[in-house]
Amino acid sequence: MTTKLTIGKAINEGLRRAMEDDPKVLVMGEDVGRLGGVFRVTDGLHKDFGADRVIDTPLAESGIIGTAIGLALRGYRPVCEIQFDGFFFPATNQTFTQLAKMHQRSGGRLRLPVVLRIPYGGGIGAVEHHSESPEAYFAHTAGLRVVTVANPEDAYWMVQQAIACDDPVVFFEPKRRYWDKADVDTTRSLTSAAPMGAARIARPGQDVTLVAYGPMVKTALQAAEADTDHSVEVIDLRSLSPIDYDTVCSSVRRTGRLVVAHEAPVSSGLGAEIAARVTEECFYHLEAPVVRVGGFDTPYPPSRLEEHYLPDLDRVLDGVDRTFAF
Amino acid sequence: MPVTTSHEEPELIQLLTPEGEFKEHPDYPLDISAEEMRGLYRDLALVRRLDTEAVALQRQGELGLWASLLGQEAAQVGSGRALRPNDMAFPSYREHGVAWCRGVAPKDLLALFRGVTNGGWNPDDHGFHLYTIVIGTQALHATGYAMGIQRDGALGEDGSAVIVYFGDGATSQGDTNEAFVYAAVNNAPVVFFCQNNQWAISEPLERQSRVPLYRRAEGFGFPGVRVDGNDVLACLAVTRAALHNAREGQGPSLIEAFTYRMGAHTTSDDPTRYRMSAELEEWKAKDPLLRLHTFLTRNGLADEAFFAAVEEEAGRLGERIRTECRALPDPAPLDIFHEVYAEPHHHIDRQRAEFADYLASFEGADAEGGR
Repeated sequence: MTTKLTIGKAINEGLRRAMEDDPKVLVMGEDVGRLGGVFRVTDGLHKDFGADRVIDTPLAESGIIGTAIGLALRGYRPVCEIQFDGFFFPATNQTFTQLAKMHQRSGGRLRLPVVLRIPYGGGIGAVEHHSESPEAYFAHTAGLRVVTVANPEDAYWMVQQAIACDDPVVFFEPKRRYWDKADVDTTRSLTSAAPMGAARIARPGQDVTLVAYGPMVKTALQAAEADTDHSVEVIDLRSLSPIDYDTVCSSVRRTGRLVVAHEAPVSSGLGAEIAARVTEECFYHLEAPVVRVGGFDTPYPPSRLEEHYLPDLDRVLDGVDRTFAF
Repeated sequence: MPVTTSHEEPELIQLLTPEGEFKEHPDYPLDISAEEMRGLYRDLALVRRLDTEAVALQRQGELGLWASLLGQEAAQVGSGRALRPNDMAFPSYREHGVAWCRGVAPKDLLALFRGVTNGGWNPDDHGFHLYTIVIGTQALHATGYAMGIQRDGALGEDGSAVIVYFGDGATSQGDTNEAFVYAAVNNAPVVFFCQNNQWAISEPLERQSRVPLYRRAEGFGFPGVRVDGNDVLACLAVTRAALHNAREGQGPSLIEAFTYRMGAHTTSDDPTRYRMSAELEEWKAKDPLLRLHTFLTRNGLADEAFFAAVEEEAGRLGERIRTECRALPDPAPLDIFHEVYAEPHHHIDRQRAEFADYLASFEGADAEGGR
């Protein structure tokens, strides 16, 4: 049986199911209780699971992650909402020096099954700090797993997989796609869903591989449709750390060309890492240098300029064309 | 602008004067047997020996670093012995005395400072979390853990409470202050135990605060007290009361144990660059072992044979520490990849395999990777 859900509602339903299945699952963050979160992703959970399991925290992000660590040490599985990407930074210390490292520090004795839900990316006309894509910082940090979703089906299942995972998982939510709707099969078992760490071929093609994730997957699919000259294979990366290079490299070995698109600045970004790795592993299959399409190496601009900053369909196609012009 | 805080001298809760005289405190009656008091003396003496040996081992190159607790034995043993088995302690990195009370083996503490591990013991076996080096972060872990105790319904007489250790410098950290807020609004069963040893490496207390630290609690909405941190009996009584209140659902409290770091910040530090030796002399007169020794002797609670036996036991402990420290095995190169993640991780597995191949390429030279 399938249900039509938006990405936001799919995460909400996924959280609800995880909370029903495991009494140790907690939701915590700023305004996640009675308000249901500023994007309403936790809507109704406070009413149904109570204030002990859906915790309105003080306005202190380091406190959210720091107390979540303590709750995890006591056997809970906290799901923390960071209200916006740009508000994560006060919690950087707890996340990078403690959450990410405590499992290894303990020689594997301590488990830190904490999920950080972070709405990220631009395109909603917001003020500063509400449109950023900080995923590379997390992907660079050992001990964290980093995933992101591009459709309601993944949103529903991957949030549950993230909660079930015994490692800390950073779960990036594409905020401008929260309202995208699609059918979700909610009757399956969690174990039958596609693994959280696997990339997905979102659209098969022969001439060029286009890797995207999160909010850029939709743009990439639109670009692939619009390109009447080339057959574009679109890969939805899903997991940003670790990256499923098997899927990426086997595609590149078939197509010989690779474009990586993300909203984050290109320098030292995920695209740079993928380009380096693909160059190492697929050197003799490449017909052209790997091309990156992304945000500029500038601060995220005021919202009146964001359409120029965010890679749109034309910028992605321009990247595709560059691989053929080589 | 005038300072609006009171200038009156803060009350220092003390049961045992530096001269070794016992004086009762109306709020902190202490129910303790002579045997328990001798036990506290033994703890103080053995912990001091552990510390002395560790400093010596660092000087001999057996440890990379050591953070000495010299002078803070009473604050740590008093509070550590106030804990019950199902309480949980979150230390900073100088709590060797608390570790001792919680049954952590000295060699496991040394392993961290030798560079053999970043952890060293199982926190759940001891009710004693791992050392935390980033200042103040553990205050939030303790608070979250206490929130978990609340959710488990594990309060009450047979329940659990949490204690978290930090220093005067840590009171300036955002995380410590956020922990105060989270603990207060959640009424979490956590005792904030601040060892004010007067120095944050080279920075004196006045670089951290212009009010006595225990008074900060009031602004957050919970009680704060200052206890003589060199008085093991007062530390025991005050901490017992605070843990009891936490278990009984009365929420958090702050204890400022007023003490002094007699040694350097760590073995890498040189305190002669920033503090006067007169200050050290003044605090030497307040030594935590000396006053208990005097009290026990004067009141006929311990005789020379007892002190000699403790001294002998300390000697044996020192020898054991030296032997065990030198015997700590170096980890294997591939341990770098050990337990980075709890669940399978193909990328780490691959790097481990590549590094193993690299090491194997030196086959015949030294397959262990150069050690």
